[in-house]
Amino acid sequence: MNSFNANCENCPVHNANNLVKLGIDMKDFDFVIALAGNPNTGKSTVFNALTGLRQHTGNWPGKTVTRAEGGFEFNGHKYKIVDLPGTYSLLSTSTDEEVARNFILFGQPDVTVIVADATRLERNLNLILQVLEITDRAVLCLNLMDEAERNGIEIDIRTLSKELGIPVVPTAARQKEGIPDLLQYIDEVATGKYKCKPRRIKKRDPKLQKAIKLLSNELKQLFPNLPNTEWVALRLLEGDQEIIKAIKTGELEHLERTELLSNASDSIKKEKVTI
Amino acid sequence: MVNKKEEIVELANNLRWEVGGNFHDSLMESIYKEAGDIVKKTVRKKDEKHAFGFDKKLDKIVTNKWTGFPIMFILLAIVFWITVQGSNYPSQLLSSLLVGDLYETLKGFSHSLAIPQWIDGLLIDGGYLAMAWVISVMLPPMAIFFPLFTLLEDFGYLPRVAFNMDSLFRKAGAHGKQALTMSMGFGCNAAGVIATRVIDSPRERLIAIITNNFSLCNGRWPTQILIATIFIGGLVPANLAGIISAGAVVGVAVLGVVLSLITSWGLSKTVLKGEASTFNLELPPYRPPRVLQTLYTSLIDRTLIVLWRAIVFAFPAGLVIWSVANIHIDGISLADYFINWIDPFAILIGLNGIILLAYVIAIPANEIVIPTILMLTVVHFGLHGVGAGAGVMFQTDSLSATKQLLEAGGWTVLTGVNLMLFSLLHNPCSTTIYTIYEETKSIKWTALSTFLPIVMGIVLCFLVAQIWQLF
Repeated sequence: MNSFNANCENCPVHNANNLVKLGIDMKDFDFVIALAGNPNTGKSTVFNALTGLRQHTGNWPGKTVTRAEGGFEFNGHKYKIVDLPGTYSLLSTSTDEEVARNFILFGQPDVTVIVADATRLERNLNLILQVLEITDRAVLCLNLMDEAERNGIEIDIRTLSKELGIPVVPTAARQKEGIPDLLQYIDEVATGKYKCKPRRIKKRDPKLQKAIKLLSNELKQLFPNLPNTEWVALRLLEGDQEIIKAIKTGELEHLERTELLSNASDSIKKEKVTI
Repeated sequence: MVNKKEEIVELANNLRWEVGGNFHDSLMESIYKEAGDIVKKTVRKKDEKHAFGFDKKLDKIVTNKWTGFPIMFILLAIVFWITVQGSNYPSQLLSSLLVGDLYETLKGFSHSLAIPQWIDGLLIDGGYLAMAWVISVMLPPMAIFFPLFTLLEDFGYLPRVAFNMDSLFRKAGAHGKQALTMSMGFGCNAAGVIATRVIDSPRERLIAIITNNFSLCNGRWPTQILIATIFIGGLVPANLAGIISAGAVVGVAVLGVVLSLITSWGLSKTVLKGEASTFNLELPPYRPPRVLQTLYTSLIDRTLIVLWRAIVFAFPAGLVIWSVANIHIDGISLADYFINWIDPFAILIGLNGIILLAYVIAIPANEIVIPTILMLTVVHFGLHGVGAGAGVMFQTDSLSATKQLLEAGGWTVLTGVNLMLFSLLHNPCSTTIYTIYEETKSIKWTALSTFLPIVMGIVLCFLVAQIWQLF
């Protein structure tokens, strides 16, 4: 599953072709960041804090129905950041969840920043674990730490980071606390300095394990550079029409990471993507 | 390659039978179990009871069956009361500056350059004056109302409103989330219509789109506040005027919510039959509002954007007003033709021809209805003040001057009341109509959303006018 190991610094891994298809103009940007999270965890506030934009935020769930985009520069790298609609899960099929899931899967952002509510970590973990199934590169922004503190909730950041296998940054975005650290970790993950070892959900059912293994091996043969074959296999088993379509039309092939293509054997020659 | 792809899909289909149907549930169980494990290792609560104690107590009161609704109305009334009280003086100041001094200066400047009279009339008496009116009438109430409303939103009160309204919407056969899109509509109907994307079921989404116009939007609040202050507030002693006019505006807003529920119910029983689907509404924690930031963003995001929109639409509207007032056929202006033609009908529904013409001119933006009405009144009745000539505003530097102007145009309390009702119930602005079309891609539903409120408005105004005349 962890077939991908970044060996070159500064090389973007996002899929430019699909990003353009998803409506992202990648001219003049080095990296793409997706902002995911449950509704009302302060994603838009984090977005504003990172970009310096002042998109209207509101204290209610479901405010962001469409994608908002912005950009910022850090450490000499130009970042494009995409604020996805808040969702509780990536497994059902409402429009907002599909927008988020398709973006993370097909767009393959260089870093997915998951914004979570520190006061409701257990519920938020549902989405966090699902995002980690899809992507190898993520940072957890544990937001609303001020509220957690006020309500007597203590979170062991180091252990949480070890459990999840990704950087965890405590923030209070409304007060702009923790944003510099967040930027630092985003940069480290994007450039490959920090290597994530994302936690994957243990499938306890042996029959399911076997089926996933079987499908995943087939997928690996067909799409050697697909980073998350197990997750795709699982979705296939669930009969996810989007994924079935993506396999049939070959859209899934485009998910293979672009810079690996140049190293890959000539037999899977692909159109080289210019960024 | 193609065969191989089909094979994989086929393999998945076969494996699905072997694995059995409930692995989705078992997967979700795994996720919840792992989430639980992680939390056990990393999260410590100092005091279980202490957590969100304040939130829980407050929620018990504001979402209570008996106290929830009164608190809602009282909060809304307080917001309007502050707006009504606070906007009078700045309005006067802006008016005497823009409609008075600056207008005089521009006129003098244009005379000294010997600019042809029709150009001077069109640009200064038409375009400029309409803009000046929009700013002086609209800016002060908006600059007070929006920050107050945003503070409530920032505090986390709006989802509680949705929570209170949820069961009512479901009884009406609509989606509970319609309470949220309706609240968005109180800001801007076009935004409210876009927000209906959070509703999955197409049937319930259509209901939410069609009824969003019953939420008074940004462009209509100032109309409500101004007319209520002049006509309703004028009925009672001065010390009660603020509270009574605020109450009247709340009344109209609540009427909008009630009509929204009734219409949703009617739609779900006729053209959009079906059962309401269930959903989870998460009540976010209360947060201390960031006052300074709220003032800043509500001023930038809402006040200035809405004002800018009004100004952009006011200038061409001013040109149109001046033109229809100054283009004559057989010695009668175009405006007078229309006003005289529609007046008998307008009087029947307790309004007047000028109001209806203003609503035609102001289709692009509700914000310019009042300035348009004022300018047309001056033109039609040939009321001349500082400036001279058709289509020229004279200076009104206080609310009482506006009142005198409207009364000279034959307005009564009935006209004021019915204008407030018609402002609630008429077609959505052109931006919203276009948005509805974009979201539904259906001319049929767009037309229904456009004409249903007009028909309801005309019927309601007619009934009020007829009953009024009995007394």
